[in-house]
Amino acid sequence: MSADYTEPLLYAPVDVIELSVERTHTQSFVIHVLLRPPAGNHPAGGGITPLTTATPTQPHTTETVTVAGRAVRVLKGGSGAPLVVLHHSTGNPGWLPVYDKLAAQFTVFVPDMPGYGQSERPEWARDPRDLGILLNFALEKLGLTGVTLVGFGFGGFVAAELATMDHSKIKSLVLVGAAGIQPREGEIMDEMLTGFIEYMEAGFRDKAGYQAVYGEEPEPAVRELWDYSREMTARVTWKPYMFNRRLAPALAEVRTPTLLIWGGQDRVVPPVCGQQYKEALPNARLEVLAGAGHFVEIEEPDRVAQLIAAHARQA
Amino acid sequence: MFIGYFTERPYQDPGSGYFGATGRDITDLGISNSTYDPKLGAELYNRYLDEKVYAEEMGFDGLMLNEHHSTPFCMGGVLNVEAAILARITKKAKIVLLGNVLPIWDDPLWLAEELAEIDMISRGRLVTGWVRGTGRESVAHNAQAPFNWERFQEAHDFIVKAWTTPGPFRWEGEHYNYRYVNPWSRPYQQPHPQIWIPGVMSRNTVAWAAKNRYPYVMLATEMEPTLQSYQYYTDCAKENGYEADTQHRSYLFKVHVDETEELAEAAARKYIQGPSNPFLEGNQGTVRSEIQNLPGLTSRTQLLPTVSSFAAAQSRGRTAEFEKATGKSADELRKENAADFLGTFDQQTNKKSIIWGTPDTVIPKVREVLEYLRPGSIFFWDGDGAMDHGDAMRSLRLMGEEVIPAVREMGKSLDLQGPFERDTKTNQPIEAGA
Repeated sequence: MSADYTEPLLYAPVDVIELSVERTHTQSFVIHVLLRPPAGNHPAGGGITPLTTATPTQPHTTETVTVAGRAVRVLKGGSGAPLVVLHHSTGNPGWLPVYDKLAAQFTVFVPDMPGYGQSERPEWARDPRDLGILLNFALEKLGLTGVTLVGFGFGGFVAAELATMDHSKIKSLVLVGAAGIQPREGEIMDEMLTGFIEYMEAGFRDKAGYQAVYGEEPEPAVRELWDYSREMTARVTWKPYMFNRRLAPALAEVRTPTLLIWGGQDRVVPPVCGQQYKEALPNARLEVLAGAGHFVEIEEPDRVAQLIAAHARQA
Repeated sequence: MFIGYFTERPYQDPGSGYFGATGRDITDLGISNSTYDPKLGAELYNRYLDEKVYAEEMGFDGLMLNEHHSTPFCMGGVLNVEAAILARITKKAKIVLLGNVLPIWDDPLWLAEELAEIDMISRGRLVTGWVRGTGRESVAHNAQAPFNWERFQEAHDFIVKAWTTPGPFRWEGEHYNYRYVNPWSRPYQQPHPQIWIPGVMSRNTVAWAAKNRYPYVMLATEMEPTLQSYQYYTDCAKENGYEADTQHRSYLFKVHVDETEELAEAAARKYIQGPSNPFLEGNQGTVRSEIQNLPGLTSRTQLLPTVSSFAAAQSRGRTAEFEKATGKSADELRKENAADFLGTFDQQTNKKSIIWGTPDTVIPKVREVLEYLRPGSIFFWDGDGAMDHGDAMRSLRLMGEEVIPAVREMGKSLDLQGPFERDTKTNQPIEAGA
């Protein structure tokens, strides 16, 4: 068909929203929002509007690579062997404390996955596998080999898809609370049927953990990023939601050493999925952090960084 | 002037606790169908069909049906079944579907066949109308929300082609693929039934309707933003090189007439005493915005002036956009004055959101609406909420005896020509009986 039915983007996503993280004196951290000068007609209007004063923690830089004609933004910091992190379905919140810890030993790359945050949308993408294809090319364009690939939640789903495609660049794989496999018992929590607070709170072990990061009332731009990210998620994993029956059979050939990390109290992706990944992958080990929730890398950054580093050394 | 009749066909269950003056609030997609009583459903479906037949007898030009899913406020999940029955048991009135939710159809060829069949059985009385649906509909039939608008447009183009292009042909689209399109049914009306587009808040849909010269039906929106939205249609029409007129403007509003003012008030209060309905101001229930406003379902920014009406905004899960448009805080309003926020019966009476009374008091109010908005077609929304069969039938009789004749005269004196009097595509008069 020659007809163009596409609707203009809901927001002008590129160069709009920067979330950054401030460490507080209690060692927790708070997500802040900076509205950048919009590239397009963003409803929030122009000008730099720091809603709160953000204090960058470790220095990190931003790079952009073009994949299949679309810009992919990558945050980069630290030094050492390459480590690539794929974010949750809720978008890339910026440079997290766990990245600081990893940056001491690795060069950490955190792309906004295609269609999320400030990476341009591949309108044709219909499946997390499509994002895996694009990110595999992104790694190639960044010139990375011997990569430790880490995926959180939905990012773990994409990382697992990517791992089925290419063994040459991926030295080791870490899936943290990863979606992608239909749980034997229970269901993956449906972000399409829940509001921001309900969904994000469920990702933490308790309400206090959520509030420490997002406060009593999340900033409108944080909600906006969530809404925008949720749209991309809905474009690639609506039906079935957050799993792919074609993934687990292919994982049987993925010999990449894999570490599976799960919060024992993960209410978003049931811990049984960790067990199922372990059964599907020929070379995987499962670490369950009792008491932690889905956002285990936020709740226990030291432990998660330590596990990842040890796994990467052994691989 | 085209005058139609509408009710949402609520599932009225006095034993449910969600019904009557003290009925509990319903949370959108929040109650199980385990309480659904099919025997009650049988009575209600038959009652609503009987009322439509009587509406035709009383002189209505159109019998309007709509569609919602997984909710007690509207039993029209499969409105094409009701339409097919009306096609057979009525004789003159147009059967106006406002409308089929196009994006939730995975197989729009099936819809093209159904509608053609209804048009044939009714011998050319179908008015087909298509909507994008709210989040509830996408959730209920699991239609991928971010592709709602794409699917709407592609399904429209596909159905029109299936109706107008001799088959067989192949269709390889973005969302629909067919190797053999050759339905063994064609619409009775050639080239195809009139297409009307109902809506509340999406600017994109208005612009698209104007581009296609389809009448746009504003659904029970407040008067001033309705007028502004018509103006947007008019502006879009100009951009497309034509003048929009009354035949392009349609309006649905709540009107109940009764034998006495007391009876009228008692019945009209029942508008807001049925099962909660996000589209019925005053009894909207709890709307879960994250569902109604699914990611990517509609543009977050391309909204009509109706967003400044809280009831309309809330029904679409748009309270954030309402706040942006008005500078008011939804939460503060809720805390301070819930009744005011939800639209009490008296407030709705004052702003003519609900028009009620005897024919003598109702007719001048209807005239005010027509003078202000100048629609060429209207629908009276009645018999809804907790109104019973008797309430509906009394009103229908008095509409037939007094209101409809008076409104026809108004239509003439105000030159309000509908889409069956003046062609929306050419702006030329349509011959009577054509």
